[in-house]
Amino acid sequence: MMLQQNTKTASAASAIAASEQANEFLTFRLGAEEYGIEILKVQEIRGWEQPTTIANSPDFIKGVINLRGTIVPIVDMRIKFGLDEADYNALTVVIILNVANRVVGMVVDAVSDVITLSGEQIRPAPQFGTVLDMQHIVGLGTVENRMLILLDIEKLMCSTDMALMDGSPVQ
Amino acid sequence: MSNESSADSDFDFAELHGLFFDEAAEHLDAMEALLLSIDIATADDEQLNAIFRAAHSIKGGAATFGFTGVTELTHEMETVFDRVRKGHMPLSTALVDTFLASGDMLKSMLLALKTGGSGVPEAEVTGLCARLRAFLGPVAGGTGDQTSAAAPSGGPVLELVFGPLDEKFTAASVDCVVADLKDFGCVEEIKVESQGPVAERRFRIVTEVNATDLTDAIAFMADPARVKIVAAETGKTEVPATEVSPSAGSSVSPQADHNFGLFVDPEALPVNQPDPESAKKTEGSVVAVKGAAKPAVAASGDTASIRVSVEKVDQLINLVGELVITQAMLAQTASKSDPVLYEALFNGLATLERNTRDLQESAMSIRMMPMSVAFSRFPRVVRDVAAKLGKEVDLVTVGEGTELDKGLIERIVDPLTHLVRNSLDHGLESSDERVAKGKIRKGTVTLRAYHQGGTIVIEVADDGRGLHRDKILAKAKERGMAVSDAMSDQEVWQLIFEAGFSTADKITDVSGRGVGMDVVRRNITEMGGRVEIESAVDAGTRISIKLPLTLAILDGMSVRVGKEVFIIPLGYIAESLQPKADSLSTIAQRGQVVEVRGEYLPVISLADAFGMQSEKLRCEEGILVILESEGNKTALFVDDLVGQHQVVIKSLETNFRKVAGISGATIMGDGRVAMILDVAHIVGLMNSRFDKAA
Repeated sequence: MMLQQNTKTASAASAIAASEQANEFLTFRLGAEEYGIEILKVQEIRGWEQPTTIANSPDFIKGVINLRGTIVPIVDMRIKFGLDEADYNALTVVIILNVANRVVGMVVDAVSDVITLSGEQIRPAPQFGTVLDMQHIVGLGTVENRMLILLDIEKLMCSTDMALMDGSPVQ
Repeated sequence: MSNESSADSDFDFAELHGLFFDEAAEHLDAMEALLLSIDIATADDEQLNAIFRAAHSIKGGAATFGFTGVTELTHEMETVFDRVRKGHMPLSTALVDTFLASGDMLKSMLLALKTGGSGVPEAEVTGLCARLRAFLGPVAGGTGDQTSAAAPSGGPVLELVFGPLDEKFTAASVDCVVADLKDFGCVEEIKVESQGPVAERRFRIVTEVNATDLTDAIAFMADPARVKIVAAETGKTEVPATEVSPSAGSSVSPQADHNFGLFVDPEALPVNQPDPESAKKTEGSVVAVKGAAKPAVAASGDTASIRVSVEKVDQLINLVGELVITQAMLAQTASKSDPVLYEALFNGLATLERNTRDLQESAMSIRMMPMSVAFSRFPRVVRDVAAKLGKEVDLVTVGEGTELDKGLIERIVDPLTHLVRNSLDHGLESSDERVAKGKIRKGTVTLRAYHQGGTIVIEVADDGRGLHRDKILAKAKERGMAVSDAMSDQEVWQLIFEAGFSTADKITDVSGRGVGMDVVRRNITEMGGRVEIESAVDAGTRISIKLPLTLAILDGMSVRVGKEVFIIPLGYIAESLQPKADSLSTIAQRGQVVEVRGEYLPVISLADAFGMQSEKLRCEEGILVILESEGNKTALFVDDLVGQHQVVIKSLETNFRKVAGISGATIMGDGRVAMILDVAHIVGLMNSRFDKAA
């Protein structure tokens, strides 16, 4: 099992490295951690607005907003990742993602930068056994001594425990 | 007919294919309708010709695209029907049945060609062709010989004799025919000196086309019985254009509109001047002329309509929906300013509102189609099923002109078919049973569509034995369902929609397996509709389907709970009231009921159902909205009524998933999202909770 995941992560990292020499990532902060997602999955970045809540949905699904006529669900990654603080202020940012032909909004603490990572800057993520589900982490990137957690955002948003799509558990 | 396609090889064939499939489907539908309506004993020429024309048109198109299977089958159909319409062969029920079967075969062949799916087994096609050929029989052989004998290669000069002329076949209609014949060659009239009214007119035509082809061409425009073609050199070998049967001669009425529609617009055809050049025209040019006439049919028949893809219409409707929302937002923003200071702005906004509403209505009407689209298939269904069951049934359709959204029409056909089959099988008694009951022998199934407020009602009614209350209740008890003898009729009838419920004593080929009615109800509920049943023993059963007019826009009441606003579809709301404290009571400390005019209705709190905080803790502080769904009434407790709106329905599932209790979302005037309640689900939730409590 461990071995399997290990090879999977390694292959994912090498896939990114192989597909393009350099990949651009949008980096954002969740608490003290810094994450990176492939920039091509990002549609736009918006300020926080109070969404319309959806009955009987998990607490990290904040509700839906009207994005120029489209109904877009909003997920708070801070709650999803179990961060202590999740307050909504003028600096709270919503990243609108375009994944799997759907539009999804993701609440984060702040958006930092767009950076370019080459293949050798991406390292496979270490294994934590069953403590942490690592299957959505592509690898770890290093930029100026900072560590970036690179997410496969499409896989993450489509996973059943995000409850964003039909067939996901309701509660 | 394939030679003109090679000339335009850079045509977009995919598009032409699409057009052909659409047209072929229309022709097949028309043919089926005609076959079903035709009276075998007194079939009139107009109908026979129309059927022939349909088969011919499909054949022409199929040949152009090289669909050989379709061409072969339509060719056989055409050959057989040609004999019938010329009176060489009597029309029989067996023939009509074979034609209907051929129509079905063509439909599946065309579908297979269109979708690129697996084709129809060739053996079936050849089998049908053989069946059709069998009708031709020995008689046909004889006629065929005569026809071929009557088709000499044709000299360069032929003489045409039109007559006898009368009020039906006038000199003017001859002129019409002759004008079209100019395509074949140089035509000139031979003046005949005669006393009294002209009995016939003679023309001389210089052409290389042989007599048979000329006959065929003329057959499209005039009764062949009244046209004779004579080789002009000899003047003796009189060749009858076709074998003339006495019945055809007397009943045919060749009028201007009798010309098969192929030469409707002579202007559109290349009219040659009578010059020597045209005399050299080859047979190929004749074919080309016939082919060229085809698009003209479509064009002249459909001048009042255009074909537009559904996506384009949907896009337009979506945009109009956005406009409605924007207009509502503007109106809400403006309402905060002083109407005296900004009078012009307010006037402008009022006009905008009116125009937007008109625009929305017009846009929605594009998607509207008459119910006849759905009803048209039922004569066939009834005919087939009635024949299988050995019952005598009349089908009556009322309100075919009632318009409904295209999407709804497509989805209503299957449930309707099921209901009609049920009526035929279970509803109507056998003829003998009917006579014994003192009813007329023939049963009647009525399909009716009409508008009622913002909904459309589609009824399937029969004058059969009606639903048997005791039988249904007994069956329900047998199945261990929670029923009591005190249930209202409406509630008892709803039981037949339960999955696996059937009171049929024996399972037949047509129905009785107990699957279906639950699917019918589910389909209709998914469309936002409801099903209601009225029935009386030995008087019949009427099942009414109530549907919203469209899927895109909904009339709703907005209600508030805490900070959230919800939309309740207006169709479900019976009334709203502020309850008095003494009209509320609890049952077993669990459920709350409210007494409304002697009726006790369960109360469900929207805040509880959705796990929200309500501002009002007690029912008498808020509002109860009485919801009615599938015969059940439930009181929904909300904080406040906000107002009544027309809302544009947005799917939650586009970017999210289905949420229990919510059928969709909409965008309110202030730009916020509001959820539309799934009333049937909420009422159902209440009932299941009560079932558990009990």
